[in-house]
Amino acid sequence: MAITSPANRLWWKEPIHRIELTWIIIAFLWGLVMFFTMVYWHAVGDQNLANTTFKTTPQAYTAKTDAMVQQYKVREEFGIPVVRPPPGSDVYLLARIWMWWPILELEKGQSYRMHLSSVDYQHGFSLQPVNINIQVHPGYEHVFTMTPTSSGQFGIICNEFCGVGHHTMASRMYVVDRN
Amino acid sequence: MAAPTIFRTCPTTGLKVDLAAQSLIKANIVAAVIFLALGGLFGLSVALTRWPDVHLLPLDWFYLALTAHGLDVLLCWIIFFEVAVLYFASAILLNCRLAAPRIAWAAFALMVGGAVLTNITVLQGESSVMFTSYVPMKAAPNFYLGLILFAVGALIACGNFFGTLVVAKDERTYEGSVPLVTFGAITAAIIAVFTLASGAVILIPTWLWSIGYISNIDPLMYKLIWWAMGHSSQQINVAVHVSLWYAVAAILLGAKPLSEKASRLAFFLYILFLQLASAHHLLVDPGISSEWKIFNTSYAMYLAVLGSMIHALTVPGTIEAAQRKRGFNKGMFEWLRKAPWGNPAFSGTFLSLVMFGFLGGISGVVMGTEQINLIMHNTLYVPGHFHATVVAGTTLTFMAVSYLLIPLVLQREVMFPRMAKYQTYVFAIGVSGISLFMMGAGTLGIPRRVWDVTMSDAIFPFQFPPAAFLMLTLNGIFAIMAAVGGVMYVVNVVASTFWGKKTADAPKAQKASPPLAAPVRVAVGTYGSAETLYIPGTIVLVGIFFVSFVLYYYVNWKYLAEVWPLR
Repeated sequence: MAITSPANRLWWKEPIHRIELTWIIIAFLWGLVMFFTMVYWHAVGDQNLANTTFKTTPQAYTAKTDAMVQQYKVREEFGIPVVRPPPGSDVYLLARIWMWWPILELEKGQSYRMHLSSVDYQHGFSLQPVNINIQVHPGYEHVFTMTPTSSGQFGIICNEFCGVGHHTMASRMYVVDRN
Repeated sequence: MAAPTIFRTCPTTGLKVDLAAQSLIKANIVAAVIFLALGGLFGLSVALTRWPDVHLLPLDWFYLALTAHGLDVLLCWIIFFEVAVLYFASAILLNCRLAAPRIAWAAFALMVGGAVLTNITVLQGESSVMFTSYVPMKAAPNFYLGLILFAVGALIACGNFFGTLVVAKDERTYEGSVPLVTFGAITAAIIAVFTLASGAVILIPTWLWSIGYISNIDPLMYKLIWWAMGHSSQQINVAVHVSLWYAVAAILLGAKPLSEKASRLAFFLYILFLQLASAHHLLVDPGISSEWKIFNTSYAMYLAVLGSMIHALTVPGTIEAAQRKRGFNKGMFEWLRKAPWGNPAFSGTFLSLVMFGFLGGISGVVMGTEQINLIMHNTLYVPGHFHATVVAGTTLTFMAVSYLLIPLVLQREVMFPRMAKYQTYVFAIGVSGISLFMMGAGTLGIPRRVWDVTMSDAIFPFQFPPAAFLMLTLNGIFAIMAAVGGVMYVVNVVASTFWGKKTADAPKAQKASPPLAAPVRVAVGTYGSAETLYIPGTIVLVGIFFVSFVLYYYVNWKYLAEVWPLR
């Protein structure tokens, strides 16, 4: 029994039955399939988060974001600037308690180099209803390329707990069709 | 000189029971159950707050309750119970005295002290940082100090477990190799040492940082090392509850492992690979290479998953083999239909096995896939998954085993047997609802750890689809059901432990014969220790499991392929 010492002292010399062995082999192969599916997706899939990251500071990141806002601001909504950077450019999104800054307006089908960082706590970038979720760390500037493939108004909410105002930390992203 | 060890002889099994170990097991179970009651209450209040029409708790209380919920059930309930299991699997199963009862009591005192300190600190309201306490969000110093004390206590308990193994070997209290259940407990204890060491590495500096002696803790480093504790501690649970599945099958049905070698190999894979996997929590974090993420999140090519998949065959397989030996041989599933479903120890164990595999296991592997994590990270899918592993898997198993430990180790009859009979079902249905509906809400984008998902206070609120709110409502309803099951358990255990009828004691003058069936020498060349390896029912069940696994895995790749391209 499982609660007594093995009846056969030389249990490690017992052969493993065909049924068990077959299952072990199937499970092992399935593990390999799952492992190489991840690798394969890096080669052919479109959804692979880049790991390009720079160390930064709240001051440096705020300065970069400010510069972009100055250059590409098109309007304001509730006091938050809306920026429309050109396709292919560097786009900065700054997380802080309890807002995303600024609001982005992007073109459908164009690629942008997104930069994400926080100036205080950890935050969670959650783009809805697309459902892309990325962790945002203070001190780290995460850079990846994103290509919106649907247009409309999207929500960006925070999905990492960041204090009592966490549930109010929501913003928008606009994706417009090319005119 | 230490006091001489006093044993009693168990009338049911013939095992010698060290009375000191028995008292320690009792104390740890009682502490565990108290924290389960407390943490369960916090959990229910969280679920009722998530229910949009009820929205029970005010803002600050919600985050406080969520922090305390994780602390009390994930840490305190489970680890106190695990310490009891470690003492059971060493001293009791090996027929041996506990190595150092006084030190074990000191460990218990440290754990209680630490748990109480952290709880008080959380209740003071300045430490609502969630169980994960990600820096740079800062809790009061005593929050970390309490956790450190608790971890030190648990580490000492592990030391006592290892010490007892040495004593048992030295005093030749068993023949040959340790039982499979003890082997599983050793697996758990080895992982526990790694886990607690990781905890010390990160929590001690964080404590010093909270006092002001250290100026900065890197948030990414914190997450990496914290999860070496946080995720690995769930692997302790897996090793322990899988061991207990084997134990329940053995105690109730006399089940023998199909093959000692295959089952032990599966546990050994846990030791080697299970404590990787802190990457599960860092798959969408910056600054970490995809190569590392893929290797780590897959436990080096899914070798620990392989261990669990082996158990997925061998645990139901041992049950089927034992039942067929008892004569339930008709057709494919008579062994399962005529299993002791009225015995909560069995029903809890089997429900736990099924729910852990289908709900917890599959969702965990899918969510832990590097790219798929993008559409699940930090959504309610995450708590949905781990309620299926930690509650349906670990907690339900512990509840089931309690109904055996109370008469066998604590020598009390279960006070309300009818309530016990239904308790496991009520709890299991409640938990499966919680898991499924949280996972469902998560796939619709509902974030975890948010007080108000309608975001009515936000300037730019996002409207989630109505289906998501329906899921949150159902989650609340099933949480009530799980809570009812929890109360039924706590009341029964506390009442039985303190006021239950004493079971008849064994005749004192039993000779110290070898416990249970003495090991018999069998010719090498037979397949394992089970009499039959005719297990067609198990093969069908495992086949259904495998097909579900593969389908669900690729369905999620399809969902991923539909989101915006990222590179």
